[in-house]
Amino acid sequence: MRIYVPRDSAAKALGADDVARAIAEEAARRGQTIEIVRNGTRGMIWLEPLVEVEDGGIRRGFGAVEPGDAAGILDGSSAKALGPVEDLDWMKRQTRLTFARCGVIDPLSLADYGAHGGLTGLRRALAMSGQQIVDEVKTSGLRGRGGAGFPTGIKWQTVHDAAAPQKYIVCNADEGDSGTFADRMIMEGDPFTLIEGMAIAGIGTGATKGYVYIRSEYPDAIEVMQQAVRIAREAGLLGADVLGSGRAFDMEIRVGAGAYVCGEETSLLNSLEGKRGIVRAKPPLPALEGLFGRPTVVNNVLSLATVPVIFEKGAAHYAGFGLGRSRGTMPIQIAGNVKHGGLFETAFGMPLGELISDIAGGTASGRPVKAVQVGGPLGAYMPVSKFDTPFGYEEFDGQGGLIGHAGVVVFDDTADMLKMARFAMEFCAVESCGKCTPCRIGAVRGVETIDRIGRGDASALPILTDLCETMKDGSLCALGGFTPFPVMSALTHFPDDFACQKEAAE
Amino acid sequence: MPQPQSEPISDRISVLISEKLGLEGPLLPILHAIQEEFGHVPQGALPLIADALNISKAEVHGVVSFYHDYREVPAGRHVVKICRAEACQAVGGAALAEATLAKLGVEWHGTTKNGAVTVEPVYCLGLCACAPAAMVDGKVVGRVDAAKMTKLLEEAGA
Ligand SMILES: Cc1cc2nc3c(=O)[nH]c(=O)nc-3n(C[C@H](O)[C@H](O)[C@H](O)COP(=O)(O)O)c2cc1C
Ligand code: SF4
Ligand code: FES
Ligand code: FES
Repeated sequence: MRIYVPRDSAAKALGADDVARAIAEEAARRGQTIEIVRNGTRGMIWLEPLVEVEDGGIRRGFGAVEPGDAAGILDGSSAKALGPVEDLDWMKRQTRLTFARCGVIDPLSLADYGAHGGLTGLRRALAMSGQQIVDEVKTSGLRGRGGAGFPTGIKWQTVHDAAAPQKYIVCNADEGDSGTFADRMIMEGDPFTLIEGMAIAGIGTGATKGYVYIRSEYPDAIEVMQQAVRIAREAGLLGADVLGSGRAFDMEIRVGAGAYVCGEETSLLNSLEGKRGIVRAKPPLPALEGLFGRPTVVNNVLSLATVPVIFEKGAAHYAGFGLGRSRGTMPIQIAGNVKHGGLFETAFGMPLGELISDIAGGTASGRPVKAVQVGGPLGAYMPVSKFDTPFGYEEFDGQGGLIGHAGVVVFDDTADMLKMARFAMEFCAVESCGKCTPCRIGAVRGVETIDRIGRGDASALPILTDLCETMKDGSLCALGGFTPFPVMSALTHFPDDFACQKEAAE
Repeated sequence: MPQPQSEPISDRISVLISEKLGLEGPLLPILHAIQEEFGHVPQGALPLIADALNISKAEVHGVVSFYHDYREVPAGRHVVKICRAEACQAVGGAALAEATLAKLGVEWHGTTKNGAVTVEPVYCLGLCACAPAAMVDGKVVGRVDAAKMTKLLEEAGA
């Protein structure tokens, strides 16, 4: 009997290690032979630890499991039975392309990986020219999943065309946005996908060296990625002769040091070089003068991890999903005050309200939704009146929001939006790299100004608005430049939260 | 000010440095290795690193002070990181953090009097769908409530 118990850190945070131990002990006590596979998560975090028992090729789920459920799972009598996992509504309604294998396979088994379509894309790419590889990515319509949504193929073209003795592929695994965990999930649950994507990027652009910069807050992901790279190297997937093609590509895992701004690509490059993570002015573009001054592709984990399926199934297949200029699928991460939180990969276009009310089942507290922050700490707070906005880059932009890395954080009606606006400013002050005055000083002033408003000083309201304008116009990067979005959206859509203190004082 | 290092410690630091010297951009990996072994980056390490990398001591200090992770003094025996970010706030994270700090009688970054626990803020642990989240010495904990926190702190000897 084969039993799956996730090793994903969300599952571990909810007791998966204890559950795995309890199942092993119970089986030993009964003299029953079982094989425990520590898979990634399926993404249904409210059901974690989600244990699966494979029987006749069908995987039946049990969740959320506690150690005391071990006996019931082994003899099939557990009241936590969910039936076949693939038949669950949450799974059936998704289009899993990037995350097809996550939660299904043993993350560190290359044999499992290959049996589920892994390396098909790289093998196809190895038979193509660099230009053909870049063209395939362009045709797929893939846009950067790190936040800015820049077309990946165009970035690769610039690096492909640049002549240099050394080029680099840098994977941005700094995933600092609150409400996001897709990078972590795929690194822990299907690390070879990222490695394969980076290898294709390297072969396509002529880069022979890659780095994955993982935030230090992700110790489990770091461990899995380090092991995966070692396994890939031993198997000849990385190294001087990638899969016997005669082409070279190798990579290293690097660990961040707790700075949100190091997710900004030029700050990240400085950090990799061993410098302070100060943002660099552009131009020059990293694609031309990036790591150590060499042409460098900087891509988010999800952008790179989506490349293998594009090459496996063809660019047209991928581009066939989506809405407008947002092609393919997006792994949406639903978090905060929701009944069913987790990762839901779907074609672009699903309205925000459907994601929250239908997919996530509304709030965990059962209270009405008040606001939804989409796209991390630099994203706007959307009121319920904007729930018909379809999930797409241009569609959110048109509503004064952004999809960013596709984190959706739900707040119920107990949320105090003045506090959330204050937090946005405070976060900017704590994490500013210090290069621009409007960001470094402005954010500190922003906290003070919001505190004045909180004390009932209405004259501080126009000061806050002006300050936000100054930050928008005078900041080099989106930390200072976009912090006004959560602040101003909170103020605009929830004015009552900025006025009640005043009324109380009067 | 550089503290005079006892010979074995500076020897050990030199070994840690030399192990990473072959890397491209070795400074962060060196600092991580030193902090992992000593729990902080001792002042005495700075001139050794500066020497090995052929950069100024001020430059090394600039890097150490830029990143939230690097400590210039040792932490308590256990480090409890509590997520302060938005998704955790949406399910009571701020109240949990405040209550924890009050209970321990410390501010953020503070260490309990008995030296058992240092409390650090963290901005997202990627556990936003099982918030509020915390991490104790690198071990993740989800859906932390007052009872779970009390247990964690007891285990850490706070
Ligand atoms: C303050 C700030 C933080 C960022 N954090 C991240 C991050 O954690 N991960 C990421 O992939 N991109 C982040 N970005 C975006 C990167 O600068 C860059 O656009 C991205 O890595 C490019 O990859 P992509 O085209 O695949 O999205 C951040 C940008 C800013 C301004
Ligand atoms: S906006 Fe802030 S974080 Fe961005 S470059 Fe300027 S000071 Fe640095
Ligand atoms: S959602 Fe941004 S101002 Fe309305
Ligand atoms: S916001 Fe707390 S874990 Fe992500």
